[in-house]
Amino acid sequence: MSAIAMPASQRPAWRRFFGFNLLTGIVLGLVGYLIGDLIGKAIHAPSLDYYSTQAGQNDISILLGYLFGVIGFLIGLGFANYPVRRLLGHPPTLAEHEDEGEGWTRYFRLCTDHKVVAIQYIIGIGVFFLVGGINAMLIRSELLQPNTHVFGANQYLTLVGMHGAMMMGMMTSVILGPFANWLVPLMIGTRRMAFPRIEAFTFWLLMAAGVILITTIFFGGFQTGWTGYAPLSDQSTAGYDAYIGFFALIGVSMCLLGFNLLATIITMRAPGMTWSRLPIFVWSVVATSILMLLAAPMLIATLLMGALDRTAQTAFFVSGNGGSAYLYQNLFWVFGHPEVYIVALPGFGIVLELLPVFSRKPLWGYRLAVAGMLGVSLLSFFVWQHHLFVSGINADLRPFYMLSTELISLPTGFIFLCAMGTIWRGRIRFTVPMLFCLGWVFNFLIGGISGVFLSDVPSDVTTHGSFFSMAHFHYTIMGGLVFTLFAAIYYWGPKMFGVRFNDRLSKIHFWSLFIAFNSTFAPLFALGMLGMPRRVVTYPANLQPLNDWVSVSAFVIGLSMLVFLVNVVWSLVFKREPADPNPWRSKSLEWQLPTPVPLHDFDTFPVFDEDPYPYGAERPGAPAVAAGGAS
Amino acid sequence: MPTDNVNHLRRLALIWLLVSVVATPLVVFVLAPGLPPGNGSVQASGQVVDNGVLLGVSTPVALAVLVYFVYALIAFRERDPSSVLDGPPVRGHSGVQTTWLVVTTAIVLFLAAYGSIRMLEDGAGGGQGPNPIAKPAGAAGALQVQVIGQQWKFTYRYPSFGGVETNDLELPANRVVALHVTSLDVIHSFWAYQLGVKADANPGVDNIAYVTTKGPLTINIHCAELCGVWHGYMYATGRVVPQNQFAAWIHQQQLQYAPVRKLLPPYSTTYFPDPQRRGG
Repeated sequence: MSAIAMPASQRPAWRRFFGFNLLTGIVLGLVGYLIGDLIGKAIHAPSLDYYSTQAGQNDISILLGYLFGVIGFLIGLGFANYPVRRLLGHPPTLAEHEDEGEGWTRYFRLCTDHKVVAIQYIIGIGVFFLVGGINAMLIRSELLQPNTHVFGANQYLTLVGMHGAMMMGMMTSVILGPFANWLVPLMIGTRRMAFPRIEAFTFWLLMAAGVILITTIFFGGFQTGWTGYAPLSDQSTAGYDAYIGFFALIGVSMCLLGFNLLATIITMRAPGMTWSRLPIFVWSVVATSILMLLAAPMLIATLLMGALDRTAQTAFFVSGNGGSAYLYQNLFWVFGHPEVYIVALPGFGIVLELLPVFSRKPLWGYRLAVAGMLGVSLLSFFVWQHHLFVSGINADLRPFYMLSTELISLPTGFIFLCAMGTIWRGRIRFTVPMLFCLGWVFNFLIGGISGVFLSDVPSDVTTHGSFFSMAHFHYTIMGGLVFTLFAAIYYWGPKMFGVRFNDRLSKIHFWSLFIAFNSTFAPLFALGMLGMPRRVVTYPANLQPLNDWVSVSAFVIGLSMLVFLVNVVWSLVFKREPADPNPWRSKSLEWQLPTPVPLHDFDTFPVFDEDPYPYGAERPGAPAVAAGGAS
Repeated sequence: MPTDNVNHLRRLALIWLLVSVVATPLVVFVLAPGLPPGNGSVQASGQVVDNGVLLGVSTPVALAVLVYFVYALIAFRERDPSSVLDGPPVRGHSGVQTTWLVVTTAIVLFLAAYGSIRMLEDGAGGGQGPNPIAKPAGAAGALQVQVIGQQWKFTYRYPSFGGVETNDLELPANRVVALHVTSLDVIHSFWAYQLGVKADANPGVDNIAYVTTKGPLTINIHCAELCGVWHGYMYATGRVVPQNQFAAWIHQQQLQYAPVRKLLPPYSTTYFPDPQRRGG
């Protein structure tokens, strides 16, 4: 444990591989899994086999294996070092931050520098995003033909479930993980997050979760889709345990991430950084973090109940034994609806943060935008039963849920109004990040309008559970989240990575993605209206032409992502053309720092005397603040 | 500058008005009436009308945003790439903000009220749980039909015909039908497409959906909630037939299934088959 205090350069070569790092983490993770597996097998009574539909399936040993495996992984990474050192009486330090130096190896170990964690996040989540994307390509390959099958029905449903879980679970942190961790300290003028170890913890937990979800393929997959409804989950093969482990860890990670960001934003703002001067992206982080903090515990509790149903033979979700299948649906969506706004809200912040830069104007209607974000955040807790409009639950409350759901379009409308006001009479530049923001405007508009149909009970009766709703949430999540994610990557990427991206490839990426995205998901509205339910492995033959169109378009999305990958690898690994410190002439604080941003961000803490959007005639060309780190 | 603003706004309003005046009637009167689920039942027709109203409201709204963006992006684009000038430092306009708030609130309240009225009028074909409040006219004399979801098919019981359980769904034309949807194992969702009916089948729940049939019709039935491996294959065809034909059919079914009828559990709103643990 004392190795951590020793600077990296003085270590013998073998210690670099077998210190507390990713490699040790993986080894101890595997050891932990085996220990848990053995304990599980020891306590598994043969009588429990009565309930198992799968021979040789032992949910207890698998779940304990995951639990111990994760603990082993975290110990291997060095998360136990600090608590143990403190217990032994050592003084508090931030050794992981201070002593790692600036070598590349710190990306493969526990590092508490918020900039390093952000890069770890973006690469790590990127890998799993790729997995989810490949799942989508495989799903669309299966749907090329109604009756000739690439996959078996079980494999197909596992792919659908993995795609959904990966995208809805892992991607909750795809903007807050990399960009909030990287930007919030720089935007509010501090050197680190409030809890740097927890910051690193959330990332490594997310990676463990992703690996666990993939291991589902060794246990027969799961047939429940990403919603994991009970009582179907009770009969699912052991692969469902991977779903439980995955989503529960995501829940813990999400909850801690939101808590850490809120604590940082509330307590660590630099002098002069009042609430009304907070960059709008930081406000969107506040709104999202509140949701994460409050919604994620519900998910963890729900999955715990699910795990107990499968292992200890409780009956929380078993109708007829005193439980209720409704209970799972309710609990899941009490988490699940805030969750879709966890996914959407950071996008609002990015769009409103970028539009002023590329319109050369202050953000229009700052207070309205803040109200919009907090309003969405608040209202999202009161709409969940619109997922259950035809389930027969609380049917008399449907007018209320119809109203509350449609009310969300008011704060969302504020975001649109602020975007519209910001570009009015601006001097608009069509840079790549700007194009992605405008793509968001179009996609989210379609997503929002189609949401009105789903929120309206008579219309929802036909569209519910069909490809229509699938198209709707892909417009809001892929068209919303993923487009703003790319906007953020192209906008802040030069600062984060210190390299310039190839402009031509970036533009090809945008246009191919935008066109292929719409060409993929717009026909899905029609397919839903024509009667195609979600998650089917086969469909009526007359729907084949439309499905083929969608599949081919989806493959073009895949190609477009390949362009992005080539662009990133080319610019980051081979070309390495150094980026301008402020290529966008932005006036917010993070762009006033040198590229790459120094290890300790600021030499002297900045003092703010205005909001980060001082564009316009008042003070032409003046920087937002005198940034200490630039000296 | 202010007169310039007014000119821009006037032009914008004019373009939006022109586009909306052309597009909205086209959408509402040409596109919407032909949209699914069609006119197979009173509830399905109600959904078509409802969709028409929603489209009628949302088309001008969507066009307003689209027209605005297209106009602004063209009119306010930076023509000189080397320019370092900024736009005017306008940080908001309380009049515009208030107007926007009032207009969007009015639209939302109208939509929620309209949707509720529409739903309460005839139930809109959705599942309403065991104690429905939204009943169509003539619900008191409705034909009771139980829909039993199970992995992986729907079966039907007709309590007013001796509780006979059939493999196929047949309904009499021009009749109010109360569909009691329940499940024996996991959650299914009964989707009778042409009738505009969708109701989840939950184990232990009597989920009632009303439908008022019109003329004879073939119905595509599909399960709309993931219910296990063969969910994709859980589809069937049902029929709406004239009254006398229905009478003949149900009589024939009673005869055909008479031997099985003795083995069935008595008709009940819900069933709990053994084993109660892992269903199916």
